[in-house]
Amino acid sequence: MSSQATMHLPLFLILFPLLLAGLLALVGGNATARSALAKVGSGTVAIGALALYWTTLHREAQFFAWDAVWLDRAVLTAEIAVALTLLLISLRGRQPLIALLVLAQGALMALAEWGGHAHPHVAAPLFVDSLSVIMALIIGVVGGLIVWHAVGYMPHYHHHEAQTPDRQRGFFASIFLFLGAMFALVFANHLGWLFLAWEVTTLCSYLLIGYSRTPEATRNAFLALRLNLIGGVAFASAILYIARTGGSLALNEVVASGSATALIPAALICFAGLAKAAQMPFSSWLLGAMVAPSPVSALLHSSTMVKAGVYVFVRLAPILQDTLVGLLFALVGATTFFFASCIAISQNNAKRVLAYSTIANLGLIVTCASIGNVQAVWAAILLIIFHAVAKALLFLAVGSAEHSIGSRDIEDMEGLIARRPKTALAILIGIAGMFLAPFGMLVSKWAAIEALMKGHPILPVIVAFGSSATLFFWTKWMGKILSTVKGAPPPHGPVSMEEKNAMFFLGVLTVGLCAIWPFISSTSVKPFLLSQFGAFVEFNRATILIMSIMLALIAALPLSLLYKGDKGLRIATPYLGGANVSERHLFTPSIGLTKPVAIRSYYLTEIFGERRLTRAGFIACLALLAILTVVVST
Amino acid sequence: MNLFRKSPWIIHYDGASCNGCDIEVLACLTPRYDVERLGIINTGNPKHADILLITGYINEQSQPVVRTIYEQMPDPKVVVAVGICASSGGIFRDCYNTKGGVDSTIPVDIYVPGCAARPESIMDGVVQALDLLERKRKEKKTRRRAIAPTPTSEVPTP
Amino acid sequence: MSAWTRILAAILFVLLSPILAGLLAGLDRIISARMQSRIGPPLLQPIYDLLKLFQKERIAVNRSGHFFLLGYLLFTILAGIEFFIGGDLLIVIFALALASVFFVLGAFAAGSPYSHIGAERELIQIMASEPMLIMCAMGFYVATGSFQVTTIHAQPTPLIATLPGIFLGMIYILTIKLRKSPFDLSTSHHAHQEIVKGITTEFAGPYLAIIELAHGYETILLLGFLYLFFAPWPLLALAALIAVYFLEILADNTHARLYWQWVLRTSWAFTAIVGAGNLILLHYLQRGGTP
Repeated sequence: MSSQATMHLPLFLILFPLLLAGLLALVGGNATARSALAKVGSGTVAIGALALYWTTLHREAQFFAWDAVWLDRAVLTAEIAVALTLLLISLRGRQPLIALLVLAQGALMALAEWGGHAHPHVAAPLFVDSLSVIMALIIGVVGGLIVWHAVGYMPHYHHHEAQTPDRQRGFFASIFLFLGAMFALVFANHLGWLFLAWEVTTLCSYLLIGYSRTPEATRNAFLALRLNLIGGVAFASAILYIARTGGSLALNEVVASGSATALIPAALICFAGLAKAAQMPFSSWLLGAMVAPSPVSALLHSSTMVKAGVYVFVRLAPILQDTLVGLLFALVGATTFFFASCIAISQNNAKRVLAYSTIANLGLIVTCASIGNVQAVWAAILLIIFHAVAKALLFLAVGSAEHSIGSRDIEDMEGLIARRPKTALAILIGIAGMFLAPFGMLVSKWAAIEALMKGHPILPVIVAFGSSATLFFWTKWMGKILSTVKGAPPPHGPVSMEEKNAMFFLGVLTVGLCAIWPFISSTSVKPFLLSQFGAFVEFNRATILIMSIMLALIAALPLSLLYKGDKGLRIATPYLGGANVSERHLFTPSIGLTKPVAIRSYYLTEIFGERRLTRAGFIACLALLAILTVVVST
Repeated sequence: MNLFRKSPWIIHYDGASCNGCDIEVLACLTPRYDVERLGIINTGNPKHADILLITGYINEQSQPVVRTIYEQMPDPKVVVAVGICASSGGIFRDCYNTKGGVDSTIPVDIYVPGCAARPESIMDGVVQALDLLERKRKEKKTRRRAIAPTPTSEVPTP
Repeated sequence: MSAWTRILAAILFVLLSPILAGLLAGLDRIISARMQSRIGPPLLQPIYDLLKLFQKERIAVNRSGHFFLLGYLLFTILAGIEFFIGGDLLIVIFALALASVFFVLGAFAAGSPYSHIGAERELIQIMASEPMLIMCAMGFYVATGSFQVTTIHAQPTPLIATLPGIFLGMIYILTIKLRKSPFDLSTSHHAHQEIVKGITTEFAGPYLAIIELAHGYETILLLGFLYLFFAPWPLLALAALIAVYFLEILADNTHARLYWQWVLRTSWAFTAIVGAGNLILLHYLQRGGTP
């Protein structure tokens, strides 16, 4: 049941970031010490996660039996501390609703703890299985790279936003606290512990979103807090329900008990997951979180926070499988995917496009996990991996581009390929990774469509329509970057070494993952699926082969750029109705002046208007959740 | 095989005509004349065209445009001046704004006279241009034609 | 079908598609001409056009154009090979989408307003047609339990019997894919034109020839999709393909171009109703009427 030695690494991964957070809070005022600590920390968590991956290859799930009264007390104390902090925040911010939610949560937890029934006992509060390892890899490697990027990014950020008070000490401390909580979340088998980690991530997201302390940031930080606490109340109710019905609070036993007994708590936890994964109607917090500095967005929306939401879905997938509740959750996810993808078409703010795309992709993951058959869960896990890497790359690259061109408007990224080739390439790779064959997301989408067919055909239909919308906005963006209309203004502001490192590694990862996903699938996803479903999806070799050919072609095609055309190629001016002037982007309009060509993208707001579609999506998802409530309570 | 004979694509530009010739050019597309029989297509894009068909005389406004369009056409290409105005300036020859016929601006290969030029003669002009296209392609193989640099606002003497 | 026949089919696709598509386009132009009381060009006209384009001077607005067009051509051919070798239908669709993305990016990269508008409108067309292609694959999956073209092709009864809605939807988006009115937003064939030549504006000579070539491959591939509906009865399939193509020509010659809003709305609405309706109905019928 337990091999204590291998538990050192997970424990280290949980405690080391916490320790670092403490250190940073103490000495982080000094810039040199802060950046050194943060770099050491990010490197250590990444190496730690990789080490964990190697040591657990091909191993069964391991449970860490650790039964000590003081430990339970410590967790309880921490829970109370977090609740009090949240209460304090809500009172200071004059947010009665948040205070109410915190109190409700506290009451539910108190009832579960001291409600008079037999206190549920969890023999093994921590565990490691291949899913935790995958999550840990994402948190450690992607999260680590994001922190590394932040070390170079934050001084630029403060340079650009001169009026924002420099609170980098708290910033880096919160980030490491966040990473620690995420590690705890994926290694926790005790639902109470998982809930503590859950609440800590909520708290940290509040601190990070509100970093700049502008009224907008504060408002959005409270919005995130409010919506996530609603989820937290659902989570606490699940714990209370299990305690009252005398079930086990061990995650593995909850999953093992099946949908007959565990459906209600599973539904409650998944509801909390919906809030955390920013599914409609909770999606607004993720959009609001875009006010935060780019590394925060990258952290919250690619590797951590939202991934905690879908993580519980994947964990509970065996319970949701073949149930009406699962189908309804899947529909919420699919609806979110469709509407968020459509809305992204109408957005010209790069970070908002990324935010909507995040919401959409999480919707797809939720859909797959809720259908819960082997292949769907396989697709969900691969989606989690690929999305984390590509989206982190995109957020970081957009952040760096924003500093060099002074805008996050996609229209201003025109011809970025000529102005900032490396940053532009990073964005292009990230985008390609999001929606093009043979890159990762598409591999998973391909598996998802087949898996969802086994659930209900309406799901892949919705996904198909949503996917075509993603194709529109991603290609439009790529086109903008590639479109060199004129000699663009020279960029200002350098890109720091750390930013370059992080983008380079994430770019290599995005491309590399396409080549090595079959390996990851067989070493890490397969053991998890075998343990949960007793089955695994075998892939058609021919399909993998053709994917590889496509990848090779994509890799080889840029070589054709080396061929600059022989003497036979004549470079001509673009067609401008014959009214060209000597420079290629100038023309003579009818009144005889000289004007520059201006090209703007289509946003199709008439059909894909944000307000209208958001309302439609909220109504659809609320209706689904209402039906869900009825189904669960009967 | 002389492919250019079989597939001449035309761009039609109206320099500054009275629209008489333009109507006759378009008449060539109608069922009565149906130039698509000869593989001729009226494309609106100089980059796709082999034959530049110009009606009307050239004036201050249209001169740079004609130059640009000519320059944007890939070789081999021929220019057909349709109507007497395009050929020599016609009745507008002495007008204050007239630069002259098309040959005041770009080299013209075929002149199609008439006011307005009849569809039959326009088609005849185009068909005569076809052989020229093939000849130019062969010429091009031996020496690349120098092309006038980008248009400027200098005023050529008519 | 044995592996060798499949490989042979793929090779034939690569070698013969340009000629076949050329003849088809020639026939198209003759029939269109006759519908307009004209005689029309010779049957081989599109092939003459293509060969002529290859003889023209290479002229481009930048030095990266050939990169994107090469991607367009290669991935279209790859999609066709995957189809005719009997591979996964979803991969075929994704490869085709990748090819279109290359084409669109090439037009964007030209940095010209006309090709830019064409590219955006091409994207609208892709967005309008893509869901139906995926639904078509899903329809085959529900009916046969597989995405493999070999399995779908080997069905004993024609799939049109169970997938009439999907077939209708496919005909609808075929109009978009073949660049026929009323859905020829991004660029169009010959006589029609709007906004210069849309997405192909900046591609001249050999570059335009590559586009025509890729479009030819795409046309044959899409007809292959339709063929699958009648696979057990090749003669009926041939008759159906001719009928469908004739309908497309008829539509082309009797309709004016629509606004993009209408293209998107009508195709999404129509394909959602007939496509998804067909899928869901079939799903419940197969499960014995018990939801």
